[in-house]
Amino acid sequence: MTTAALVSSSLLLSAGLFTLGVVGVLLRRNVITVFLSIELMLNAVNLAFIGLSRYWGVEDGGLDAQVLVFFVLTVAAAEAAVGLAIVIGLHRHKDTLDVDAFDLLKW
Amino acid sequence: MNLEVLNSILFYFFAALALVSALYMVSQRNPTYSAFSFIVTLVSLSVIYALLGSPFIAVLQIVVYAGAIMVLFLFVLMLLNVKAEDRVPESGRLRALVLVLALAFLAQVGTVFARARFTRPDTHFWAATREVAIVLFSEKYVYVFEATSVLILAALVGAIVLARRDDAKKDV
Repeated sequence: MTTAALVSSSLLLSAGLFTLGVVGVLLRRNVITVFLSIELMLNAVNLAFIGLSRYWGVEDGGLDAQVLVFFVLTVAAAEAAVGLAIVIGLHRHKDTLDVDAFDLLKW
Repeated sequence: MNLEVLNSILFYFFAALALVSALYMVSQRNPTYSAFSFIVTLVSLSVIYALLGSPFIAVLQIVVYAGAIMVLFLFVLMLLNVKAEDRVPESGRLRALVLVLALAFLAQVGTVFARARFTRPDTHFWAATREVAIVLFSEKYVYVFEATSVLILAALVGAIVLARRDDAKKDV
């Protein structure tokens, strides 16, 4: 498999996964599934980074993409911790995980 | 040559697995099933990272995502005793609108990616831990790295503050 074929198929896969993440955020009603869909979108972007890292190679800054993926992973971990704490707090107040129930800030 | 064929078979198999499990994840009413399906997606992506020559990120994906983050998700799911969405979740009109928008988005991004020409010559690529670490701990990323450690500390404190019960505040 040539590098070009590998890179373009991983970019297409990344686009597909990102679209599925968007669909999940828009269609699902459970706040945890919405959160999982956001994680799916983060993973799709990571895949695009890794594919293009492969394309640019070690000399031309491909390793910067790897470092970027490392930071995305770290931020995703921090985001999951805070986000799930918020989910627990919401569940305590409203006794549900339905996103439509959380409308306190709605104008 | 044989290894090349095996690599392509593995790549397309795990790419299909990632797509199918992601589709199952977003179409599932029960969030516990969604979470387990997402673990399959994460592991497939890890294999794809390894096939793309990034073993460090592949291992990190398993350890951080499938290990730490998904355990956190499942922990919360079991803590809250989550049931499947019981009411009819979405109207048919909204569902159709979302699907049309998603297909438009996919067509747009897919066209850009499909029309891109990757003309650089094939080179050997293997971003081992050593190479990544040399870039990560270089002067270029020193402030980002330190900012990340502050971010993790803030997330740690924030998660504890947000998740504890209100009556626990009296003890402080």
